[in-house]
Amino acid sequence: MSATYTNAHSYLDNTGDDPAVRAKLVVGDNDFHSVTEKVCGVVERPQPKIWWVVFAISSSLTLVLLATIAYLITTGIGVWGLMVPVGWGYAIVNFVFWVGIGHAGTLISAILFLLRQRWRTSINRFAEGMTIIAVVCAGIFPGIHVGRVWVAYWMAPIPNQMSMWPNFRSPLLWDVFAVGTYATVSLLFWYMGMIPDLATLRDRAKTKIRFYAYGILSLGWRSSNRHWHRFEFAYLLLAALATPLVLSVHSVVSFDFAVSIMPGWHTTIFPPYFVAGAIFSGFAMVVTLVIPVRKIYGLEEIITARHLENMAKIMLATSMMVGFAYSTEFFVAWYSGNTYEAFTFMNRAFGPYAWAYWTMVTCNVLVPQFFWFKRFRTKTVLLWIASVLINVGMWFERFVIVVSSLSRDYLPTSWGYYRPSIIDILTFLGSFGLFFTLFLLFIRFLPIVGMAEVKGVMPQAHLDRPGHRGHGDYHGDIGGAEVLS
Amino acid sequence: MSNAAENAKLYGYLASFDLVDEFLAAAAKVRDAGYTRWDAHSPFVIHGLDAAMGVKKTVLPYIVFLAGLTGAAAGILLQWWTNAVDYPFLISGKPLFSLPANIPVAFETTILFAAVSALIGMLALNRLPQLYHPLFTNRSFKRVTDDRFFISIEAEDPLFDATKTRELLESISGRSIEEIEVHP
Repeated sequence: MSATYTNAHSYLDNTGDDPAVRAKLVVGDNDFHSVTEKVCGVVERPQPKIWWVVFAISSSLTLVLLATIAYLITTGIGVWGLMVPVGWGYAIVNFVFWVGIGHAGTLISAILFLLRQRWRTSINRFAEGMTIIAVVCAGIFPGIHVGRVWVAYWMAPIPNQMSMWPNFRSPLLWDVFAVGTYATVSLLFWYMGMIPDLATLRDRAKTKIRFYAYGILSLGWRSSNRHWHRFEFAYLLLAALATPLVLSVHSVVSFDFAVSIMPGWHTTIFPPYFVAGAIFSGFAMVVTLVIPVRKIYGLEEIITARHLENMAKIMLATSMMVGFAYSTEFFVAWYSGNTYEAFTFMNRAFGPYAWAYWTMVTCNVLVPQFFWFKRFRTKTVLLWIASVLINVGMWFERFVIVVSSLSRDYLPTSWGYYRPSIIDILTFLGSFGLFFTLFLLFIRFLPIVGMAEVKGVMPQAHLDRPGHRGHGDYHGDIGGAEVLS
Repeated sequence: MSNAAENAKLYGYLASFDLVDEFLAAAAKVRDAGYTRWDAHSPFVIHGLDAAMGVKKTVLPYIVFLAGLTGAAAGILLQWWTNAVDYPFLISGKPLFSLPANIPVAFETTILFAAVSALIGMLALNRLPQLYHPLFTNRSFKRVTDDRFFISIEAEDPLFDATKTRELLESISGRSIEEIEVHP
């Protein structure tokens, strides 16, 4: 059956919102085999020139990161722009920025799974990969911020010759556990979902090295339904566990701020505000990455216009939440009658860091308003530009929170103006190098689309009988009863 | 035929299918014939196949639940022992052990233990990793991770009969059945 859409400009357009027509999640003339061919082709064919160009740039930037870290460790924290009273600068801003980016991956893989959002299947692997890599980038910053990195293991409860233990009443230690658990669980979730697809790569392997590498990674998966049954349960359980986990991670990150008594930090709104911001920034990064990747590797029929449009809608929703949080902060600063709080917020909007504050508001609240219009949600160039601006805005949000509060603390004699050093900036750029390097390697060696999951939401995957043929977003799960007779 | 082939023992029969419909119906027929040591293989999860095969619900959720409880207890005990007993130190006059301050870490260890047990439990119940399996010797079986559906019945099945089982599979798949051998 061929569905007709009200705005059918081309077969690639599946963004129709007529509830009577179920949208296709894989467009074009695709069957199971063509999906396998397209996704495995990304790994099996030689990489395009652009891959090598970006890889050359990003791996060079990774070397810059390593060099700046080496310089930091051999010289000391003084190479950064940190000062009194701004003791948390770029490192913490970057940490919160990268951890936040990761959240979209878990949202897509876990929360949208529990909500039965079938469209997630085309982008979840991609977003989960981004999550792992973003958490790697995030983990570097607090690690090197401790100054004496050779005693960083003091953060872990390891018995030692000093008979000392970490202080579990500190949010900073909660953070170690939250981010550590998050990294581990995300990795497990990502890897487990990939096992059937790694088996596909194994079965298509043309060389011995590929056969053994993917063979070992896929653990001898033989697509048995008795295995699938437990696999599905494990997947459901991991999704159910990752959902509160992802909400807890940025909540705990926000406790680093909220539990202190700094004006502008000490607010109860921080956990939900941080989580909404994290999801917002994460989706922006997914969109930034997925638009070029689907174009370059010809995956437009699998990662469709509808996927991009849905992500734009989520960005619009989370942008409104973040904007609401910004205004609530101002309201509470006035309504609480706390003069320090009121001063801090006036200072944010009109003080020395007003340029950062208004950059943040423009990028995070004003730019996404374009997503009310379908044209901006479906035109990939405009969507891509908006997503980059949102990334910029979300970085500035963390900069505003960290720096503007610290630079104007309770004691006016210690007020100051924080400027990053060149090492700060190079380390930050270097972390992008690491991010893109790892991401390009992910594209090069691992299946970037969950083939087994995408095949499951295709119309061919369901009983072909009247009333039982499923399509699109909801595919009408078939109970066993129909096949008993 | 080589000596190796003569020594080979029969693992079972393998039937292949192109469409989900045929596959589901076939699985229900094999189940109704009373076989127990058989399996259905598909490139993705097929809803309804568990019922069509008569697969019982896994015990995995209970394992994960117990692991989660263990994680919660471990998190609480760790914080109580380290901060209140083995190395008590006072910060801002706060209690050495108080649940509210210990919830975040206990929560994270709960999730960590449960998640690790979900993956390891799934693999253990599935007896994976198992890098060699007789089915892997069949070339056409490689398409199981692409676009083909298979049903295998093991020779170890008490109802297995070289002729009758073959006839059953041939009648439901409508094409020739392949023999899978175990090479000693």
